[in-house]
Amino acid sequence: MSAFDPIILTLILLVPLAGAVLVALAPDRAKLPNWIALATTLVTFLLTLHLPAHFVTGLSGFQFEVNLPWIASPAIYYHVGVDGLSLWLIVLVGLLAPIGVVASWNAIQTRRKVFYSLFLVQQTAMFGVFVALDLMLYYGFWELSLVPMAILIAMYGRKEGSKAALKFFLFTFIPSAPLLVAILWLYARTHTFNFTELQYQTASGVLPAGALFWVALAFLFAFAVKVPIFPLHGWLADTYNEAPVALAMVVAGKLGLYSMLRFHVGLFPAQARAMAPLLMVLAVVGILYGACLALLQRDFWRLMAFAALSHLSLIVLAIYGLTLTGWSGAVYQILSHGVVDGALFLLLGALEIRYATSTIASYGGLAAKLPRTASIFVVATLAMIGLPMLSGFIGEFIILSNTFGAVNRTAAVLAALAVILGAAYMLSLVQRIFYGPESELANSKPANDLRIGELAVLAPLVVLMLVMGLAPSLWLNSIQSGVYPPPPAGLRDLQGEIHSQGPAGLTLCCGLSAPTEIPTSIQKASQRPEGEAQR
Amino acid sequence: MNQSLHLWLIPLLPFAGFLLNGLLGHRESRFLVSLVALAAPLASFIVVARAALITWNGAIGLPVTRNLAHGHQTLEWINLGAIHIDFSFVLDQLSLVMLLVVTGVGFLIHVYSVAYMRDDPGYARYFSYLNLFLFFMTTLVLAGNVLLMFVGWEGVGLASYLLIGFWFQKPLAAAAGKKAFIVNRIGDFGFLIGIFLLLANFGTLTFSEISAKLAASPTFTGGVLTTICLCLLLGAAGKSAQLPLYVWLPDAMEGPTPVSALIHAATMVTAGVYLIARTHFLFDRSPIALATVAIVGAATAIFAATIGLVQNDIKRVLAYSTISQLGYMFLACGVAAYSAAIFHLVTHAFFKALLFLAAGSVIHAMGGEQDMRKMGGLRKKLPVTFWTMTIAVFTIAGFPPLAAFFSKDAILYAAFVSGTGGKVLWFVGLLTAMLTALYMFRLWYMTFFGESRTPNLHPHESPWSMRAPLIILALLSICGGWIGIEKFSAHLAPSVGLHPPASSTPHLELILTIVAVLAALEGWLIADKYYRRKTERPAQLAAAVPKGYKLLANKYYVDEIYGAVLVKPLFAVSRYVLGGIDFLLTGAVWLLAGTASFTGMILQRWQSGNMRSYAAWLTAAAAVVLLFIFYASIGTYLGTRGIDVQLNLHWMGH
Repeated sequence: MSAFDPIILTLILLVPLAGAVLVALAPDRAKLPNWIALATTLVTFLLTLHLPAHFVTGLSGFQFEVNLPWIASPAIYYHVGVDGLSLWLIVLVGLLAPIGVVASWNAIQTRRKVFYSLFLVQQTAMFGVFVALDLMLYYGFWELSLVPMAILIAMYGRKEGSKAALKFFLFTFIPSAPLLVAILWLYARTHTFNFTELQYQTASGVLPAGALFWVALAFLFAFAVKVPIFPLHGWLADTYNEAPVALAMVVAGKLGLYSMLRFHVGLFPAQARAMAPLLMVLAVVGILYGACLALLQRDFWRLMAFAALSHLSLIVLAIYGLTLTGWSGAVYQILSHGVVDGALFLLLGALEIRYATSTIASYGGLAAKLPRTASIFVVATLAMIGLPMLSGFIGEFIILSNTFGAVNRTAAVLAALAVILGAAYMLSLVQRIFYGPESELANSKPANDLRIGELAVLAPLVVLMLVMGLAPSLWLNSIQSGVYPPPPAGLRDLQGEIHSQGPAGLTLCCGLSAPTEIPTSIQKASQRPEGEAQR
Repeated sequence: MNQSLHLWLIPLLPFAGFLLNGLLGHRESRFLVSLVALAAPLASFIVVARAALITWNGAIGLPVTRNLAHGHQTLEWINLGAIHIDFSFVLDQLSLVMLLVVTGVGFLIHVYSVAYMRDDPGYARYFSYLNLFLFFMTTLVLAGNVLLMFVGWEGVGLASYLLIGFWFQKPLAAAAGKKAFIVNRIGDFGFLIGIFLLLANFGTLTFSEISAKLAASPTFTGGVLTTICLCLLLGAAGKSAQLPLYVWLPDAMEGPTPVSALIHAATMVTAGVYLIARTHFLFDRSPIALATVAIVGAATAIFAATIGLVQNDIKRVLAYSTISQLGYMFLACGVAAYSAAIFHLVTHAFFKALLFLAAGSVIHAMGGEQDMRKMGGLRKKLPVTFWTMTIAVFTIAGFPPLAAFFSKDAILYAAFVSGTGGKVLWFVGLLTAMLTALYMFRLWYMTFFGESRTPNLHPHESPWSMRAPLIILALLSICGGWIGIEKFSAHLAPSVGLHPPASSTPHLELILTIVAVLAALEGWLIADKYYRRKTERPAQLAAAVPKGYKLLANKYYVDEIYGAVLVKPLFAVSRYVLGGIDFLLTGAVWLLAGTASFTGMILQRWQSGNMRSYAAWLTAAAAVVLLFIFYASIGTYLGTRGIDVQLNLHWMGH
C-alpha cells in the first residue's frame, strides 16, 4: 500500500487535462506546445506505471478504488478503480501517448496548440473510460473521447478530412444516444450508477427481462460500432486514412473491446449469452472479410484499417466465446494489437512524411535506402501475423486454441484461415514497399532513414513485442485476476453453473463432441469449465 | 548426473551470432563478421558432438529433458487455463542425430559461404540470417513440446523467407520469398489445427506426455487421431514441399546457392519428416494417416522426378530432386519405417548439400550462369568440383557402396514388405530411382562433358575454403551409409521404434537390392545415350511428343492451376462481392447523413444564433431528462417493487 494509491487514478486523469490547459494558455512559440505535450504524456506514463507496480495480483475486485459522492441527485459518484481487465490497458494508453506526440512532432505544423490540447483531452477521456465505475461518469468520458477525435479528423484530414469526420461523427455519436437512454433507464429502475451494484441487479432477475434485452442491446450497439464489428465498420477505413497518426493509433479497438468486456458481458451476462452466437458469427465474418479486403487495398492506411477489422474481430470472437481463458487472451491481444499496430502506424506515418503519399504502388525498393525502417517494419509485420516468440502469437494462440477446444470448432478453424490471409496481405505490403527495384518516387528523394527520435520511440515497442512474445505471464497473471474466480458479481451465476457441472477437464478422449452449430455451442461454452473453475 | 550437456547453448550460440552480426555487423570488417558467423555454428556443433560422445559412452542416458527454470521452479512460457506450455528441450537419439546433421552440415555451409558471398554488400546480413536459421532449426529439433517445435517451425520459415529474398532488389527473389512463406502458412494452418486438436484431446502438448497417455490406452486408434495426423501431415507437406504444397521450393532457388544447400535441401525441408518421426506414436495408431503419408510420398517422388527430367536450370533440377527425395522419406514414414526415413534424411543431407555446393561452385565459375545448356566441358577446368559432384551423382543414383545406396535400399525394402499396397509403393520407388539416375546423369553430362557451349568464358576453380567443404561432404557421401540400417535402426529404436525385421527369406533383400541397382544403371545408360553419345536425340524426342514435353516443361501447369482455382477466385470474390458489400455498407451512412441534414433543414428555424435560445433549449432538454429520472424513481419508491427498494436501501447504507 503506497501513499499514492488513493489519488493515483485521479492524478492520471488530471495531469493530461492540466497539460491541455497549459498548452492552450502557453504561447505558440517554436515547439513549445510539443514540449509541453511530451512532458505531460511522459509524466502521465510514469504515473500509469505506478499501477502495475502496486497492483496486488490475485486479489478480486477493484484496486486503487475511489468512491466519492459527486452529485446528490441523480446519485452520480466519482467512482474509479482498476482491476486486471483495465490495468494494462491504462498503461498501454499511457505508453502510446508520448509515442503519439513524437509521431506528430513534424507531421503537425499548423495550429499546434489546438492539436496538442485536444490530444491531451483525448488522453484523459480514454483513461476515464478505463477507470470509471460509475455508469454516468463512464458515459461522460465515453462521449468526451469522441469529440477531440472528430474535430481533429476534420482539421487535419489528409484529403477529405471533413467528410471522414462527419462519417466518424455519425457512426459514433448516433449509437451514443441509445446508450445514454439505456443508462438512464437502468438508473430509473435501480437508483444507482454503481457498476458493482448494477451487476447484482441485472443478475438478480428483478429487472424485467424484456426491457433488459433492449438495454443490453443499446450498450452492445454503441460498443460494436466503436470496435468496430462487421457490418458497422464503415467509418474505420476513412478514419485510418484521414486521422493524424497519433490519433489513429489509439482510436480503434481498445475502448470498444474493453467496454464490451466490462459493460456488456460483465453487466448483462445473460443477455450477452443470448447474443453471443450472433456476435461470434459476425466476428468470424469480420475476420475473413477484413483479411480479404486488406488483400486488395491500394492505400496502406486502408489496408491497415481492414487488417485491424480482421484482428479486432478475432478479439470479439474471444470475448463472446464467454470463457475465462478467452477473456484473458482477448485482453492480451488488445495489448499486443496496440503495441504492434502502434509501431506500424509510426512507420507508415514516417514514410508518408518522407514521400507524401500513402499509395502503395508508388513505393518499392526502399529496403536498400532505409534499412532500419525496413527491418523494424518486418519485425512489426511478423508480430502482427503471429510469428511465435513475438507478441501477436500468444493472444492468437490462446484465443484460437481456446475457441477450438472449449467453444466452437468451426468458428476456430474459419478464424485460423486468417493465419494464411494475414501473411498474404502483410508480406505483399512489405514486398511492395521495400523490395524490388527502386521506384521513381524512392529515387527522387534522398535516403532519409529513421531519426534518433523515431528510433527512440520504436525501440521500446520492438522490445515489448519480443518480451510479450517470450514472457506473457508478466501480463497474463494480473489480467487473470480480473477475470478469474472469485468472479465479478455478475458472473456468479455462470460460476455456479460451472461448479454444479463438476469437473469435465480435458482428459484423454473424454469424447469431445464439439458442437458444429454455433447456437448450441454457446450453451456448452457457459457450462464447459475447461478445468478452469477448479484452479 | 554431474555432467551437464549444456543443451541451451546449442540454439543460443547461433542466436548470439545473429544478434551480433545483425545489429553491429554492417559496421565491422568482413573478417570479424566471418569470425562470429563461423564460431557460432562451430561451437554449437562442438556442444552437440560432446553430448553425443557423453551419451554414447553411457555416462548419461537418453532422453535428457531440460526445462527453463528459476531455481527449482519451472518457468512456463504460456500458463493460462488449460494451456500449460514450458520451454522444454529434449535430447534423445532422434534429436541427437538431427542436431549432428544440422550443426555439422550447417557449419560446413557457413565455411563455404565465406568465399561464395565475399563480394556481396549484404555480407553481415547474410550471415546473421544464416545464424538465425540455425537458432530456429536447433530449437525445432530440441523442442520437447509441439508448440515449442512450432516456434522453430515458423522461425525456420522466417529465415527461409529472408534468405530466399536476400537479393530483394530482384523482383523474382522477393516474390519467391513471399510465396514460400504463404504456401508454408497453408501448411501451418493444418499444423495449428493439429495442435488445437492435440490440446483439446490430450490436455497437453508435451511429446512424452502424449505418448504416455496413448500408451495407457492401447485400444485408442483412428478417429480423432487420424484427423490429428492428417492435420500434421498438411503442415509437414508444406515445410517439406510435398504434394500439393511443393510449389514454393523450385522458386526458392532464387536465394543464394549455399542457402539452397543448407535450408532447401539438407535441413529445413526435412523438418516435415522429422515432425512425423517425432509424432510417430500418433501415426502408428492411424492406418489411414499412414497410408496417406505413403501415397503422398510416393506420388511426390515420381511426380517431381519427371519434372526434373526436363529442367535446364541446374539448381531447379536439384530442387525437383530434393522434392523427389523428400518423397522417399515420406514414403518410408508411411510404411512406418521411420528409422529408414531418418537414415535417408541423413545421407540425403550429405549428398544433396554436396550437389548444391558443387553446383554453386559451377555457377561461381560460370560467373552466375545457371543454365546447363550454356555449360559443358567443365570436367577439366574444375577438377575438384567435378570429382566431388561425380561422387554425389553416383551416391544419389544409389550405387553401392555409397551412402544413399544403403538408405534408399532400406526404404524400398520396407515398402516391399509392407503388405499388398507396399508392392505398388515399391514399384513407384523403383521407377523413381531409375528416373533419378537419369536426370542426375543428364545434369552430369550436360555440365561437365562435351564441348564448352560458352567458349568465351574462362571458368576457374573455386578457392580452397569452398573446395574443403566439398571434399568433406564427398567423404561423408561415400561413407555416410556404412553403418547400415540395422545398426542405425537399433540406435534410433528408443525414439522411433524398430525397422521392419529382416525377411524370413534372406534372398528377398538381395534380389530387391540387385533390382534397384539395375534400375539405376538403366537410368545411367539412358542418360549416357541421350546426353553423351547422341545429343541430338532429346530434342527429337521432345518434338515427337510435343504435348508430353510441354506438360513436363511447364511442370504440369500446377502453378497455373493454383492461380486459376485458388488465387484468382479469392481476389475476384474479394473485389466484386466483398468490395460491393463494403461499398454499400459505407454508403449506407450517407443515406443516414442525408436524413440528418434534411432534419437539420427543418430544425434550422430553431437555430436563431441566439445564445439565450440555445441555453433555453439546453435547459429544457435537461429538465426532460431529470423529470424522466425523477418520475421513474418515484415509481419505484412508491413500493411497486418492495424488495427492490429494500435491497437498494441496504446497499446505500453499506
